[in-house]
Amino acid sequence: MSFILRRLSFYFTAFLVAISFNFALPRMMPGDPIDALFAAAQGKMDLAQMDAVREMYGFVDGNVFEQYLSYMKSVFTLDLGPSVLMFPVDVIDVIGMALPWTMFLALGSLVVALIIGVSIGTYASYRREGLFGQLAPPILAFISNFPYIVTALLLFFFIGLQLELLPLSYTYDPSIEKAFTLEFIGSVAKHAILPMGSMILVGIATWVFNMRNAMINVLGEDYVTMAEAKGLSSFRVMYRYAGRNAILPVATAIAMAIGFSFAGSLMTEVVFNYQGLGNILLKGIIARDYPLIQAILLILVSAVLTANFVADLLYVWLDPRISK
Amino acid sequence: MYGLTLGFQNKVLIMNGSITADDKASAKKQHSEFRKKCQSVIKKTKAFFDGNPPAIIGGFLITVILLGALFAPVFASHNPEKRVARPHVAPNAEHIMGTTRSGRDVYSQVLYGARKTLSVAFFAGIIAMSIAVAVGVTSGYLGGKVDEWMNFVTNVFLVFPQLPLLIVLAAFLGQVGSFVITILLGVTAWPWGARVIRSQTLALRNNEFIIAAEVMGESKIRIILVEILPNLVSIVFGGFLGTVIYAMGAEAALGFLGLGDATEVSWGSMLYWAQVSSSLYTGAWWEMLVPAIALALTGGALALINMAIDQVSNPKLKTGPHLKLWKKMNKETQKRRGLV
Repeated sequence: MSFILRRLSFYFTAFLVAISFNFALPRMMPGDPIDALFAAAQGKMDLAQMDAVREMYGFVDGNVFEQYLSYMKSVFTLDLGPSVLMFPVDVIDVIGMALPWTMFLALGSLVVALIIGVSIGTYASYRREGLFGQLAPPILAFISNFPYIVTALLLFFFIGLQLELLPLSYTYDPSIEKAFTLEFIGSVAKHAILPMGSMILVGIATWVFNMRNAMINVLGEDYVTMAEAKGLSSFRVMYRYAGRNAILPVATAIAMAIGFSFAGSLMTEVVFNYQGLGNILLKGIIARDYPLIQAILLILVSAVLTANFVADLLYVWLDPRISK
Repeated sequence: MYGLTLGFQNKVLIMNGSITADDKASAKKQHSEFRKKCQSVIKKTKAFFDGNPPAIIGGFLITVILLGALFAPVFASHNPEKRVARPHVAPNAEHIMGTTRSGRDVYSQVLYGARKTLSVAFFAGIIAMSIAVAVGVTSGYLGGKVDEWMNFVTNVFLVFPQLPLLIVLAAFLGQVGSFVITILLGVTAWPWGARVIRSQTLALRNNEFIIAAEVMGESKIRIILVEILPNLVSIVFGGFLGTVIYAMGAEAALGFLGLGDATEVSWGSMLYWAQVSSSLYTGAWWEMLVPAIALALTGGALALINMAIDQVSNPKLKTGPHLKLWKKMNKETQKRRGLV
């Protein structure tokens, strides 16, 4: 229990650091950020709204500490002001529409890559001298280290544009009504294959190599030799005996991969015009919609921190020793 | 351990050198020592590549790319920043990789772009690994309160999504030049390396040779620099390559989003202009695919070298001929002993 509390307080502190960073950002910028914002809004805002945004940013009368408190208050009440890009709509509503898609891409591809990668890593290390064990790791290392956008662009061009196999834009077919029907789910799945596929390709090598390194240490243990000597099937030895014990150090890498996965999702969304946070972030950057950009960063950090906490819980479940 | 024995050998050699009073002889000796050292370096390089196809392929690719970047003015056929032909000319004899929307030669651009992108990645890697080594070794060796704080800061940095942070920073700063991108990448990419180095330092700290050095009264700085650092070389270099791959991807991503300086010729800005001119849709695939493939090959090649280094620092991870050789020798030995 104390482990979970410790982690919670750590994530809370990290969140405070993120808020402070967000607070400092417009103050580091050359010129007055509020003026820049109004220039970008091109007269869409009236005076009362200007004051509201000023307060939301923490630009109130008083010293820095009072400003900081004012900003904290608006963050914790989720009062992030209107978006410039889609003017009357609040920033938080714009993000609310996009966040589920980004989480779907980032976490979905992470889980799929984890499962495939761990299986390949287990097999490649158990049959190290076979053709698969010799060829798979270097080939995967090569392919997986293409930058995110490059993998996305290559898939976009060869599979989407040249072969015309899969749709290249949007999260689902706009002509289909958004409901819980088979048609809708099918459309979502079809639109997700390319972006998710490119992210899985990039993510997979991490797990193959982590698993392989862990497996090679475990395969030298006596109980594995014993299991083989007993005449158990190699599948059983691989997954039940060696794999189960090798997975523990691999689980610690999940925490780091979550942040990378979210970052990759942002890039992939831009390439495939997927209606997630990344797409909105880019539009916000072009429109100089600073409240939106800041809010996206804040929400993204919260999503990553929450996902990390879930990964911690998973780790406690895998290895009950650490909760003591 | 390896670093320790190497250092020890050197000391013995130097002691031998001081005993022989004759200057000529010592000069001769130094010369032969130098030759021996060179030979051993060549031997080690050979051993690194021998029977290791990933290392050979990766080494070959990266050599070609580095040569291309280094001698860009020699190899380039046109000025990368000048309009030299009609827009979107398909690859032909004069423009072997076609031209961009604005009529610039793609082949020359990719050569000059390599200079910018690779130097951003290289210097960002150096900055990040310097911070990582400083934080990781200090925190791992000193322990206590220092370690607690440094570890906390590392973990906070580690848990943040780095690329979105960079994107937002760049968005607030306006279009940033490659120098600023290098600094930003360098100061945000260190935590991953710091964590690995810290845990390795922790593992080294209680070894006998460190304790011996402490008992002999060596200063902490000397222990860190002379005893610990040489044993971290392969990890630091591996981390450096990993950071370079990451920084290259981040530079390309920032460029692609239009957050870099689009007037500079880099692989990222090439992707940006190709995207702006929607070259893939209009059939001018070369404008987009050439920088994309250049990025892909560089990333892949660096990863292969990184993998080979991993195998050197941890021979257990080796596959293929090495293991076969060991099995063959083992069998022969057993036969000789009459066990089989």
